[in-house]
Amino acid sequence: MNLPIGLVVAISFAYLALLFGIAWYGDRRARQGRSIISSPWVYALSIAVYCTAWTYFGSVGRASVEGVWFLPIYLGPMLAMILAWVVVRKMIRIAKTYRITSVADFIASRYGKNPVIAGLVTLITVVGIVPYIALQLKAISAGFGLLTGPSDPTLTEASVTWWQDSTLYMALALAGFIILFGTRHLDMTERHEGMVAAIAFESIIKLVAFLAVGLFVTYGMFNGLGDLFGRALNDPAIAQLMRFDHGATPHLYSQWFALILLAMLSVLFLPRQFQVMVVENVDERHLKRAAWVFPLYLFLINLFVLPIAIAGLIHFGPGQANPDLFVLSLPLAEGARWLALFVFIGGLSAATGMVIVESIAVSTMICNDLVMPALLKTRRFRHRRGGDLTRLLKSIRRLAIVGLLLLGYLYFFLAGDAYALVSIGLISFAAVAQFAPAALAGMYWKGATSAGVLTGLAIGFGLWVWTLMLPSIAKSGWIATGFLDHGPFGLALLKPEQFLGLSGLDPLTHSLFWSLAGNLIAFVVVSFYTRPGAREASQALLFVDVFDRSGGSEPVFWQGQARVDDLVKLSERFLGPDAARRLFAEHAADLGASSIAALEADARLVQRVETRLAGAIGSASARVMVASAVDEEPLEIDDVMRILEEASQLRAYSQALEDKSRSLEQATEKLKRANEQLKSLDRLKDDFMSSVTHELRTPLTSIRALTEMMRDDPDMPTEQRQEFLGIMVAESERLSRLVGQVLDLARIEAGHAEWHNSDVDMQAVVTQAVGSISSRFEDKGAVLEVRAGSHFKPIRADADRLIQVLLNLLSNALKVIPANCGRVVVDVVEDDDGVTVEVADNGPGISLEEQAEVFDKFRQVGDRDQHREGTGLGLPISRQIIEHFGGRMWVESEPGHGATFGFYLPRKQKDDSRAETQRLGERQ
Amino acid sequence: MKKILIADDEPNIVISLEYLMKREGFEVLIARDGEEALALIEHEAPDLVLLDAMMPKKTGFDVLQAVRQKRSALKIIMLTAKGRDTDMEKGRALGADDYMVKPFSTRELVERVRRLLDQTESPSAS
Repeated sequence: MNLPIGLVVAISFAYLALLFGIAWYGDRRARQGRSIISSPWVYALSIAVYCTAWTYFGSVGRASVEGVWFLPIYLGPMLAMILAWVVVRKMIRIAKTYRITSVADFIASRYGKNPVIAGLVTLITVVGIVPYIALQLKAISAGFGLLTGPSDPTLTEASVTWWQDSTLYMALALAGFIILFGTRHLDMTERHEGMVAAIAFESIIKLVAFLAVGLFVTYGMFNGLGDLFGRALNDPAIAQLMRFDHGATPHLYSQWFALILLAMLSVLFLPRQFQVMVVENVDERHLKRAAWVFPLYLFLINLFVLPIAIAGLIHFGPGQANPDLFVLSLPLAEGARWLALFVFIGGLSAATGMVIVESIAVSTMICNDLVMPALLKTRRFRHRRGGDLTRLLKSIRRLAIVGLLLLGYLYFFLAGDAYALVSIGLISFAAVAQFAPAALAGMYWKGATSAGVLTGLAIGFGLWVWTLMLPSIAKSGWIATGFLDHGPFGLALLKPEQFLGLSGLDPLTHSLFWSLAGNLIAFVVVSFYTRPGAREASQALLFVDVFDRSGGSEPVFWQGQARVDDLVKLSERFLGPDAARRLFAEHAADLGASSIAALEADARLVQRVETRLAGAIGSASARVMVASAVDEEPLEIDDVMRILEEASQLRAYSQALEDKSRSLEQATEKLKRANEQLKSLDRLKDDFMSSVTHELRTPLTSIRALTEMMRDDPDMPTEQRQEFLGIMVAESERLSRLVGQVLDLARIEAGHAEWHNSDVDMQAVVTQAVGSISSRFEDKGAVLEVRAGSHFKPIRADADRLIQVLLNLLSNALKVIPANCGRVVVDVVEDDDGVTVEVADNGPGISLEEQAEVFDKFRQVGDRDQHREGTGLGLPISRQIIEHFGGRMWVESEPGHGATFGFYLPRKQKDDSRAETQRLGERQ
Repeated sequence: MKKILIADDEPNIVISLEYLMKREGFEVLIARDGEEALALIEHEAPDLVLLDAMMPKKTGFDVLQAVRQKRSALKIIMLTAKGRDTDMEKGRALGADDYMVKPFSTRELVERVRRLLDQTESPSAS
C-alpha cells in the first residue's frame, strides 16, 4: 500500500472543502458588488477548464503510444483563441444581449426560439458528454486505486460489484458538491462568480502539480531533457515517438487536420467552454488577454508531456505499466509519496473542474430545453396561475446533475475499461462538433433556417452514432461486432468504419468527415430551399447584426396586447417575487416612470420580461410562457420588415441628432478658440497702445517742461534758451518720426500698405542706400565697405521698401560703432534661390537675451544715449517688410565682437496667402 | 538746502527737471538707472526722489519697494509715461507719496514737491 486510504480521502475532501470556501467567498463578494473574478487573468484561467483529467493523465498515455500525436488537441484551441476571438466576442455579445445561458439556447434562440432544436441539441449533448464525464470518474478512480492500492499498477479491480465500487460513491459525493455549488441561483445569467473563482484556482493547482511532476521526473530522476531524449533515441521503440510519421497511419495530414479542427470546434461548443467563455464572461475586453494567456497555459501544461511519457517507458519498460498513470506511478516508484499525493490533487482538480462546470451547464440545458417544454405541454401546468416555480426549477436541475453523474458512472462501469482516456474524449468532441455549422453560420448568415438546422443536426448526429458511437460500444463487447466487419444485413457499403466504401482513414477522422459533411451539406441545401418564418427572420437579424445596434434603437419584434398584471405574475412564478419586483422597478426607472403601476405593457416591456425569463428557463420556454400569458398577434414577415424599418428610422434620427450635437460642439469649440485668439490679440493691441503712449509722452514731457520753464522765466539766459529750444526741436522730430513709423507699421500689419513692386537689382538698392548715408559715416570717422558682385538676377520686390530696410540697418550700425574707428561691412551674396544681405558692425555686440528681443516693438537695446533718435520700431518694420516678400531676417552677435544683421530674400516668393497666415501665426 | 534725487533714463527729461529744481533752490542729484538711484539714496540721503517708473536695470517700482522695505520715510514722487490706473495703484500700494503722469505741469510738480517737504519740516518745527 502506497498511502493510507483514509489520508487520501481526507485530503481530497479537505481540498473540495477549500474549493467550496473559495466559491462561497466569490459569491459573497459578488453580492457585495466587489467581484473577485472581474480580471482578465481569472477569465483566462477559468477557460483552462478545457484541460481535464484527459489532459492531465491522458496526454501522457497518448504520447507514450503515439508520440507527438497528443498535440493537435491543444493546437486546435490555441489556433481557435488566437484566430477566432472575434467570433467568440460576437457570441459573448449575443449571449449577453439576449440572456442566453447555454449552447442549446444559443442555437435554438437564433432559429426562432425553436423548442425542437433546443431539445435536439440538448439530447446530442447529453449523449455526447456522458462518456466524457465517465472519463473523469475513470481517471480519479484509477488514480485513487494506484495511490492507495498495492504497488501493482493495474487500472481497476474488475472483481468488485457496483455497490462496493468507490467510484460510485465518489460520483455521488461530487453530485452533492455540485448541487451545493451551482444551483443556488436560478437565473443563469446571474453568473456563478464563486464557481468561476474556484475553477480558476483549480487551473492553477493542476498546472503547478503537472509542472512539479514534470520537473521531478526530468531533473530528479534523469539528468535533464538532454539525458532523457538521449536515452530515448537509443531505444528504437521509444525513438519513433518523436517522429511525426510514425505508425501505420498513411493519411497523416488528414488526421492532423481532423484533430485540430475537432479541437477548435470543441473549445467553442463544449457546454463547459461555452459556460465559462461566454456565459460567465464579465467583460468583453477580457477576451483579448485570454487570447494569449490561454494558449500560453496550454503550452505550459504540455511542456513535460513527452518527457514524462519517455521517462515512464524507460523506467517501467514498454507495456509494463499503465501509461495514463505515469504521472502518479513515476513519483511513487521513486518513493516520493507526498509529491504523488499532490499530483493526485492536481488530477482531482482537473477532473472535478470539468465535472462541475459541465454538469452545471448540461443540467441547465436538460431543465430548460427538455423538461420545461415537456411540462409546458401539460395544460394544467401552463394555465396554473401564480405559485412560485423557482423551487421546482432548482429541483429539476439538481435531479439532472445527479442523473448525469449516475449516467457517467454507468458508462464507466460498462465501457470504461475498453478505451484509453483520450479515445473516450474524442468521441465527445465529435458529438459537439455537430453544433458548429448551425451556431457559426447562424451568427453570420441570415439565410440559415431552422429546417436546415434540424436536418443537418439529425443527419450529423445519426452518422456520428453509426460511425463512432456504435462501433465504440461494439468494441467494448456489449453488442455483436458483426456489423463492423460486414455491414448491417450484409450491406458492405454501410459498414460503420468504411462508410460508402471510404477506407484508409482512422475511425475518428472517418466519422468526423462523414458526420460534419452530411451535417453541413444538409444544413446548407435545406436552408436554401426553405423560407424562414417571421420569428426566425427577426432572430436572424438580431443575431447577425448584434454589433450594429445599441440601446434604445433596438427593434422589438412583438405585437399585441398585454397587461402589466399578467406579466408581473408570470415573472414572479419563474424568477421569484424579489427578482420580479427588481425587474419591473428597473424598467420603470429606465423609462422614468414613477412606479410599476404607471407602466404601460408595451412591446418593449414584454420583450424585457421575455428576455429575463429566457435567462431562467431558456428562450424557447420563455417564448411559450409569454405567448400564453398575453394576447399576441401573430408576427408576419411583413411585420418584421416594418418593425425593422421603424427601428432603423429611429436609429437614423438619433444618429442625425448625435451628428448635430457633435457639429454644434465643434462650432462651440471653434468659437471658443477664436475668442481666445481675439482676446490675446486684444492684449497685444493694449500692450502696443500702452507702448506707443509711453513713447509719445516721453518727448512731450521734455517739450512741455522746457516750454513752461521758458514761459515762467523770462530772464532765462539766451544760451540756456537756445539749448532748450534745440532739445525741443529734436524731441519734436522724434515725435513726428514716431507717429510716421507707428502708422507705417499699422498699415503693413493690417495689409493696407502699398507695395510698388518691380524687378529690383539688389546691387542698385545697396548702392543707393549706402550713398545716402555715407556722409554720416564720414562725420563719425567710420568706414563703410560694400562687398557685392555684379549682375545680380532681378528680384520681384518694392525697391523703396528695401532701401528703407537697409537704411534702418545701417543707421542702427552707425549708432553703435565707436567714433573714429568704426567699421561696417555690407555683404551681398547671391545663390540659385535668392539673395542674402548682411550688415556687420564692430560695435559692442548684443547679448543672447537681447538678441531674442531685438525685433520686438519698442525694444531698444544697448546704451540709452543711442536711443535719442530711435523709436524702437525700425527693426520690427524692417522684418515685416522682408517677410512680406517671403524672406526672413536675423541677427548674429558675440558680445564684444560686433553684431551682424542679415536678411534673405527668395527669388520665387511663396504665394501671398501663405505669407499672410505666417505673419498672423507670429503675431499670436 | 533740501536734496532732490532725479532718477530717469531720458536725458532731456533729466535736463529739464534739473534746471527746474535748481531754479527752485534745491540741491540736485542725478541717477540714470535704478541701481544708481538706490546707491545715491543710500549714500547721499536725499530728502525727496522724483522716480521714473520705466528705467533700465531696476525699474522705479523695484527701487520704491527696496526703499520702503527699509521703512525709510524718504519722500517719493513716481513719474510715469504710462497713464494706466493699474500703474498708479501699484505705485500707491508700494508706498509712493505721490504719483504724476508725464507730461506734467511744472508748476504742479513744484507745488507737490514743496508740500511734501513742508510736511517733513512741520513736526520738527512745532
